[in-house]
Amino acid sequence: MIALDSLFFENLLWTPLLIVLAKVLVVFVIGLLATLLMVWFERKAIAGMQNRVGPNKTGPFGILQTLADGIKLFFKEDLFPTRADRFVFVVAPFLSFVPAFLSFAIIPLGGDFRDGNSGEVTIFGQVTRIQLADPPIGVLFALAISSIAVYGIMLAGWSSGSKYPLLGSVRASAQMVSYEAALGLSLACVLLLAGTLSTSGIVAAQSTITDWHFVSTGLVPFFIFLIAATAELNRPPFDLVEAEQELVGGFNTEYSSIRFALFYLAEFMNTVTMSGLIVTLFFGGPQPIAFGDFVFDIPMLPNALEGSVWLLAKILVFLYLYVWFRATLPRLRYDQLMDWGWKLLIPASLGWFMLLAAQQLGRRNDWNIFLVTGACIAVLVICYLLLQAAFSRSSSQRERQGTMF
Amino acid sequence: MEFFVFVCSALMILVGAVGVIVRKHPVHAALSLVLTLFGVAVLFVAQEAHFLAAVQVIVYAGAIVVLFLFVIMLLGVDRVENLRTEPLSGQRPLAVLASLGLVAVLITAILRGNQIFNERGTGLNLPDAQDGPDANTVQLAESIFSQYVVAFEVTSVLLVIAVVGTVLLTRRTRATAE
Repeated sequence: MIALDSLFFENLLWTPLLIVLAKVLVVFVIGLLATLLMVWFERKAIAGMQNRVGPNKTGPFGILQTLADGIKLFFKEDLFPTRADRFVFVVAPFLSFVPAFLSFAIIPLGGDFRDGNSGEVTIFGQVTRIQLADPPIGVLFALAISSIAVYGIMLAGWSSGSKYPLLGSVRASAQMVSYEAALGLSLACVLLLAGTLSTSGIVAAQSTITDWHFVSTGLVPFFIFLIAATAELNRPPFDLVEAEQELVGGFNTEYSSIRFALFYLAEFMNTVTMSGLIVTLFFGGPQPIAFGDFVFDIPMLPNALEGSVWLLAKILVFLYLYVWFRATLPRLRYDQLMDWGWKLLIPASLGWFMLLAAQQLGRRNDWNIFLVTGACIAVLVICYLLLQAAFSRSSSQRERQGTMF
Repeated sequence: MEFFVFVCSALMILVGAVGVIVRKHPVHAALSLVLTLFGVAVLFVAQEAHFLAAVQVIVYAGAIVVLFLFVIMLLGVDRVENLRTEPLSGQRPLAVLASLGLVAVLITAILRGNQIFNERGTGLNLPDAQDGPDANTVQLAESIFSQYVVAFEVTSVLLVIAVVGTVLLTRRTRATAE
């Protein structure tokens, strides 16, 4: 049997099947609700930052605004551009909506990971995790799904049969493919320390604050991951895909009605999922905040549920961070975007990965840790100087040839 | 269950493969290729080769076909090709020859694999539930980075050479054009 869940190792019975179905339903509903609230939260928070009121008519604090927008979009007319490629035009929104939900499946949504517990819970006599799927490839699944999400945006722009959407989608695919490299390399640092691909294993490896990969990988991979993730999400300051001033509305210009709503939902769902992934990888997921032996314990709550509370709190921090980015940072120019990705983030994450790998090896073989670190830093400095020399040489060459690029 | 998965993914692979050849539109052909790659990934999962499935999707579907599509869109060749003209003279007979060669290589590989399997009597060691979820990946990594490390490094050098070569070629044409 396909070993996605520990429930499946025994014979397939009705109880496990029903539990899995219930988990699917719950995760889907949580995802939808989170997306709806995220749209509202972003509008409200940005309004606050810009001294506006924001949505305030529908429900208390305008909390039902997204629902109202959704209903409006449902009843709007569905337009097909004359030069659109019909089949691809219809499929594209689903290609971007479905992956957004799929990668939510591998995030541990709760469970007790303290004191070496594996985070498994028992429901109706069945052992399972508070997580829809725990595939053996773990986070690689998220990477695979995010590489599928490129298709949605790319094909949407192309199938519209119109100039600006095409430009938007070409930008999108170049941007997402470039930043996927930096994303994967900074993820590799986490995998190196955790020693496992599975998300629950990664969470279990982060019991105290000093074990959180945010600290133990030395800050740099986290910041690279955060930047690359923002670029993957096409969120400001990396929203060149839908740069209004240049491209009308970007890849989704020709979309209207519910098809547009699907893109919109996918974007916000991706933001929620990516925040969840960042928390899982770098901030211990459902683990409580703990220094050494001291644990911040929420009283009266079973540990497994407490995990969900901690996860929610941590995810909220990142959702706010993304909103904050959008309100604060101006959009990058396209060549700046590519320079950042290829000349800064990829070399930096690669160098840091080598440093961490050398340290791991040194620790395992009992080498002198200062010597190892010193040698690594020397090598990195030499690499950096070489890279700088290459940059200055190529830019002087370009100046001589009189070309811009 | 396994038979059902096999039939579904085999259908996906075949429909995609035929689509690549039959569809006249380059973008549709590339999308059919994605369908084939996904079918192969599903087969990998059914064989418990989860890591290979992930790599299949990340590298082939996520990077290579995206690049194909990118080039098709960027160059604006996304119109129906006229199949009567031959871009290079003698291309068709050479293509037939090359594909026959490929078929021969594939058949030999399958026969040889079958032979080795019969000689050893067993396949690879499949990890069981007690080995933890990463057992397959660990096994793969150990053989790539110990037994086959030279081949691995040579392949990466080959890729770097290809990149450097591409950059060199494009630079030179631009300099002579001015």
